[in-house]
Amino acid sequence: MTTYPTTWRRPPQIFTHRGWRIALQLGALAYLVFAIGTLEVNWTRITEGGERGMRFIMGFLSPDFSSRWRDISQGLIESLTMTLTSTVVGVAISIPIGIGAARNVAPRWIYAICRSIIAISRALQEIIVAIFFVAMFGFGPFAGFLTLSFATIGFISKLLAEDIEDIDEAQAEAIRATGASWGQLINYAIQPQVMPRLIGLSLYRLDINFRESAVIGIVGAGGIGATLNTAIDRYEYDSAGAILLMIIALVMVAEYSSSYLRKFLQ
Amino acid sequence: MSDFPASWQFRSPKVRLALWFGWLCLVALFVWCWQVMNENTIWMFVQDAPKQAADIGGRMWPPRWSYLGELMVPLWDTLNMATLGTLLGVILAVPVAFMAARNTSPFPLILRPIALFIIVASRSINSLIWALLLVAILGPGLLAGIIAIGLRSIGFIGKLLYEGIEETDIRQVEAITATGASQAQVLNYAIVPQILPAFWGITVFRWDINIRESAILGLVGAGGLGLKLQNSLNTLAWPQVTLILLVILATVVLSEWVSAKVRSAII
Repeated sequence: MTTYPTTWRRPPQIFTHRGWRIALQLGALAYLVFAIGTLEVNWTRITEGGERGMRFIMGFLSPDFSSRWRDISQGLIESLTMTLTSTVVGVAISIPIGIGAARNVAPRWIYAICRSIIAISRALQEIIVAIFFVAMFGFGPFAGFLTLSFATIGFISKLLAEDIEDIDEAQAEAIRATGASWGQLINYAIQPQVMPRLIGLSLYRLDINFRESAVIGIVGAGGIGATLNTAIDRYEYDSAGAILLMIIALVMVAEYSSSYLRKFLQ
Repeated sequence: MSDFPASWQFRSPKVRLALWFGWLCLVALFVWCWQVMNENTIWMFVQDAPKQAADIGGRMWPPRWSYLGELMVPLWDTLNMATLGTLLGVILAVPVAFMAARNTSPFPLILRPIALFIIVASRSINSLIWALLLVAILGPGLLAGIIAIGLRSIGFIGKLLYEGIEETDIRQVEAITATGASQAQVLNYAIVPQILPAFWGITVFRWDINIRESAILGLVGAGGLGLKLQNSLNTLAWPQVTLILLVILATVVLSEWVSAKVRSAII
């Protein structure tokens, strides 16, 4: 007769070997102790910061929209115009690159070129790109516009290319069978299948670009981020609170309207 | 006999007109935004850009390899910032996710909107802005970076996790409930095993994103590689900038590889 254990133990889900599990847990613990050990925390500075933190929370609760309204509205206009223009330009450039990066419609060498453009655009971070564009084109929203367009290319092209690779081949086959040229194939077989998703992606990117436009201002690329940075540097927490609340509100509006529009279009 | 048009057309004339009008509006909006945006643009600087780019490019090459030794400590700081920040984010995000999920929220009417607001607020503010605030409050250093990464991670992990919880299989919950399990036991034996793989996948994915973000948080004073980048940029030490960017790129590629491996092993 076999003996069964009297209590049930939950079987492990990921690591089935006991030794591995113990080693992993010990390793994690050792890392944690070591990592926290190397943290240099200046406690006196942090306790001093408590008062400032309270002031910031108070500023957030009673935001001051009026006294810096001109700067805030200027920043917002820059951010919004930058978002729209960069999305339009970015998407316009992404379409040929996306088509070129789809394996089923592009020849091998074009595929390789387009994929490497996408890889470069995705590997470089917006902030770092913004630093360089500011150094090259001077301060202001034009550098921000270029940064966001550059980032949009990687995002839209990659997703568009994957979408083109996933299309229903039967329709492309049918169009090809009529003797259509390559341009006609793209226009009549590919475009109707990917258009709803392309519009959805563009709206999603519009939303992302607005969020990013709030950040790249910190390195001098214009927009609401620059205003926010100035407000925090001057310890005007009530204005900073107002700007942050406006960013949250606009992001929420953008997110809900873009998800609503995407549902409506698809 | 009905009269068919001689050539086939995809859309009816009315729809085509509406579409053209829509495109026209978009173009008009674009042109208007372009003009508003570029009111203060100095075109001389823009024309000058290729020369500037060549100049910076010339200064950036070759990278100053001897600087690599000084970068090891900031690199370790950056990795710690990402890892500890992810840990903090996970600890804060799990209760928020359980409160936000329709099927596990204890008081859905009150707690659910609060949890959803926390998620949206955390998602809409970039970690760089969180860091900017926290550096002003807590002083420059790694701690501000860790908290910034943690706060930003709440929204990401919370959102994906609560969607995972809402998609759990109801039959397993019913089976556990039928054994007479308490509320906590249902969570522990019915919900947690179902979302655990998704949870690890989300955490590793966020850790990968956090490494990218923590590499630049130093630009606003939160320590790590970004601080070195800022110093080198301020002193116009372009060869050092190249090296730092190469180190960041290598770290990002490596962490992306690790995260892809781990996720494909789990899911």
